[in-house]
Amino acid sequence: MTRLITALIIGAIFGIGLAIAGMLNPAKVVGFLDVFGDWDPSLALVMGGGVLVNAIGLRFVLEREAPIQSAEFLLPTASSIDKPLLAGSVIFGIGWGISGLCPGPVVASLLLNSNAMLPFFGMLIAGLLLGRIVMRRVAARHLA
Amino acid sequence: MTIAWASFTPLSAFLGGCLIGLAALLLMAFQGRVMGVSGILGGLFGAASSGDRSWRLAFLLGVVGGPLLWQALSKVPIIWQAVASGPQFYIAAFLVGLGTAIGSGCTSGHGICGLARFSPRSFVAVMAFMTSAVATVAIVNQI
Repeated sequence: MTRLITALIIGAIFGIGLAIAGMLNPAKVVGFLDVFGDWDPSLALVMGGGVLVNAIGLRFVLEREAPIQSAEFLLPTASSIDKPLLAGSVIFGIGWGISGLCPGPVVASLLLNSNAMLPFFGMLIAGLLLGRIVMRRVAARHLA
Repeated sequence: MTIAWASFTPLSAFLGGCLIGLAALLLMAFQGRVMGVSGILGGLFGAASSGDRSWRLAFLLGVVGGPLLWQALSKVPIIWQAVASGPQFYIAAFLVGLGTAIGSGCTSGHGICGLARFSPRSFVAVMAFMTSAVATVAIVNQI
């Protein structure tokens, strides 16, 4: 139960961070991506601040034997820079550029702008499920 | 290129970014998990155990509730200006889901978490989606 409460609080910190940062406004996100137009560099500072705090903190956190509330640190094991990584990231970038929305802010705006965001979220999940099928096929082909 | 000084909000951007980084750090410290929203969503489907599913749901519930709480306490309305509508809006949503599933991550997982671990894979992913998003905005603005 305490594990769920910490997960809830951590999620809320993330959501509040997104709100303060301006990430919940698609127009602001596109303003950052509009490098060749009227460029708003704000979101570079969002990423900078986030990476800085996380990178410094991780040096201490990953020294521990295990996380505070679970058995082990589950870090990604894949290390190869492969076609799915590149193709998927390019596809994601197209969707992000068109809408100004990436998954975190979509979840964080679900109830703020439910009329627009619930259908967006539904389509995002549909894409995600198709992507998971594609990835299972890719994995199966590698094993064959 | 011109800089939109009128919309530049360095302080709130940096502060919000630090909170996002703190959340990523705390999720690793407490649960040993990467704070990637697309991955956390994706893990809800498939063969996850009920315990695994429940921390994901609790986290996502927090993400949904956090901004509402912030807006109620700060009394500052959260601005939301759409940039796409109609079919483009839904196509974009589908591409965001598809791309992050195939590319194993999004802005939070590859961006905030992967870069902080100095992961070469995440660095390449961030470069790829940034380049593609910048190019997409440039093209959309020309149409």
